[in-house]
Amino acid sequence: MSHTTRVPHRRPAPDHSGAAGAAPAAPPPARRRPSSQQWAAWAFLTPVTLYLVLFYAYPLYRNIDLSLRNYTVRSFVQGDAPFTGLQNYRTVFDDPTFAPALLHTVVFTAVCLVFQYAIGLALAVFFNQHFRLSATLRALFLVPWLLPLIVSASTWSWMLNSDSGIVNAVLHAVGVDPVNWLTSPSWSLISVIIANIWIGVPFNLVVLYSGLQSIPAGLYEAAALDGAGPWRRFWSITFPLLRPVSAITLLLGLVYTLKVFDIIWIMTKGGPAESSTTFATWSYQLGFGNLLPAFGPGAAVGNLLVVAALVFGLVYARVQRKQALS
Amino acid sequence: MNSFSRGRRLTAAALTALAVATSATACGSGSTGTGTKAADDGTYTIWDPYPQFAKGSAWVKLLDACGAKAGVKIKRTGFDTSDLANKTLLAAQQDNSPDLLIVDNPVVSTLAEAGVLTTTDENKLDTSKVDPNLLAAGQVGGKTYGTPIGANTLALYYNKKVLKEAGVDVASVKDWPSLTAALAKVEKAGKKGITFSAIGTEEGSFQFLPWFWGSGAKLTELDSPAAVSALSLWKGWLDKGYAPNSVLNNTQTTSWQEFATGDYAFAENGTWQLAGAKKAGFDYGVLPVPASGGGNAAAPTGGEFVTVPVQSDTGRYTTTQKLTTCLTSTQNLYDTDTTLSYVAPTTEIQDKQVAADPELKPWVEAVRSAKGRTSDDLGTKYPKISEQMWKAVQSALSGSKSPKDALTAAQSAVK
Repeated sequence: MSHTTRVPHRRPAPDHSGAAGAAPAAPPPARRRPSSQQWAAWAFLTPVTLYLVLFYAYPLYRNIDLSLRNYTVRSFVQGDAPFTGLQNYRTVFDDPTFAPALLHTVVFTAVCLVFQYAIGLALAVFFNQHFRLSATLRALFLVPWLLPLIVSASTWSWMLNSDSGIVNAVLHAVGVDPVNWLTSPSWSLISVIIANIWIGVPFNLVVLYSGLQSIPAGLYEAAALDGAGPWRRFWSITFPLLRPVSAITLLLGLVYTLKVFDIIWIMTKGGPAESSTTFATWSYQLGFGNLLPAFGPGAAVGNLLVVAALVFGLVYARVQRKQALS
Repeated sequence: MNSFSRGRRLTAAALTALAVATSATACGSGSTGTGTKAADDGTYTIWDPYPQFAKGSAWVKLLDACGAKAGVKIKRTGFDTSDLANKTLLAAQQDNSPDLLIVDNPVVSTLAEAGVLTTTDENKLDTSKVDPNLLAAGQVGGKTYGTPIGANTLALYYNKKVLKEAGVDVASVKDWPSLTAALAKVEKAGKKGITFSAIGTEEGSFQFLPWFWGSGAKLTELDSPAAVSALSLWKGWLDKGYAPNSVLNNTQTTSWQEFATGDYAFAENGTWQLAGAKKAGFDYGVLPVPASGGGNAAAPTGGEFVTVPVQSDTGRYTTTQKLTTCLTSTQNLYDTDTTLSYVAPTTEIQDKQVAADPELKPWVEAVRSAKGRTSDDLGTKYPKISEQMWKAVQSALSGSKSPKDALTAAQSAVK
């Protein structure tokens, strides 16, 4: 589809050699009845354009607009909020919550990624050995991914309850003092990280497992004949050959983890005392967590998240292009 | 794609165009469908925060009956209560407000500030019979923006069996020291003391307020010594193990579930749990939250207001007024408040409720001495104060700050 859509855009003059020059990779477009083809091209383009504008461009524009105006409830309803430039961003940067929220976001994302990837990879290698019931077990590992987030987060929150949770009951049984998983400022972030790792492992497992399928078995046989042990085979064959898949898994995981909201909100509401507040929960807290919504600063925090995700999205696109070229 | 025959290509293009056109019209009709502005088509919209009532419930039947009486059709939507304020603001932004809005009382001042609601001067709601302390939550700057449909408030439920085993006479619980002493006895007897909700949302502030006001503190001064004493009381209970650490994450519902296990002596909870209390299967009693030095603390009022959002077509108000009059008529209010397990907003109906169910007596008394969160003309200042208050409660109870430091920080954040 790409060449048909490009032709009407790029053609500087009704000269076909010029069009071919603009898109050399594309085969020359059919010369007969160009107009009907153009119509078709536009018609095919319209739904996706409309969709993108309605559901991506406009909300994004509104969010940027929200973050640049001083919205009160009154001006939100009447639509006459004064333009205040970057004032909302300054408010957000000066807020005492900013530094802890940034730190929590970075720690949450980094720790989750490392563990999700490491555990996912270990399980993928494990299941790649095709033992009995491996398919069944692998399917079971997908359960966290299939459960609705509200279910898994509520379940975690029950299990980690200070007084009646099963985790503390087990700790008690083995003689360890109970831990206030969700209600102590030093544990709340760790608790939501643990829950999020559990939820993220299946994604890593599935993608990395499918990556492993594409590594030819002959390589392992040859390495084994040359006397390479399993550890050596992993580091010299599996890991390097899995690199492209790993890169994409990590980048996608990063974008997903950055915007995790549900789990944290259901388990701790970002608390206690903001000890598990990330940008995602902070943005929601500002915009909707209070009877008097602060839409401007809430949108500003949301935009910071969008920018961060965008940066990594670009990195992802770059990596993908590099892979396509190589 | 180049291999497509011309005819097929044209068909595809035509189909796509058709699809786009239909989806565009679908969007168009969708937005007018949810709207209320389709001239006067005889359909009036009502939004309420009672999603638990489905079609066929007494509440929905009442709405339909009132509609039929006024000669119009009712289109009712039940929202989650925490969603309703934002949904209403968005609807008002698009000039798409419902004709009648039933909304949680502390939200009324925010919506009034936004210019979303009509005053009782404009919508001719009769509020003359309503208890003034309940009506105050809907008053901003000398104007009234609705009328309460019912009220609820907080009190202490107690488990008679647990108290008896611990040797506590509930009549001795008159102030904070005697309550703490009772908790200590319960703890010694191997049972659990008290449960409440100190979660980091409006619910947490709602539950803290009886103690806050009971200490003599004022919402305009969060860091007063009285306020510190209220927070220290809670903190002391947690430190000594009289209250579980899970209160930090408890909603009022989870706190109630803890009490319903039968292990707890006391639970701070609301009128709406009465039905659940009867089902819990143990003997319970209710006592008002004591103030620090004896007597009853003022508890915050809960419950919803009937309001009339501003319409661009002012001709709709006449019918809306008929609907509100019907909804707030004595018999209908009585029925509604019985369904919701609320205390009625007028003395006349309150007496009727107590006559029918003597168990409501302590609740009616509690509601009469209760206080609106946005009262004292706090209005839209309340949400900010409340947010800082629940944060301070969370900081202090989780041990990240002392009660005094937490409240000082809260007061300086409110400014």
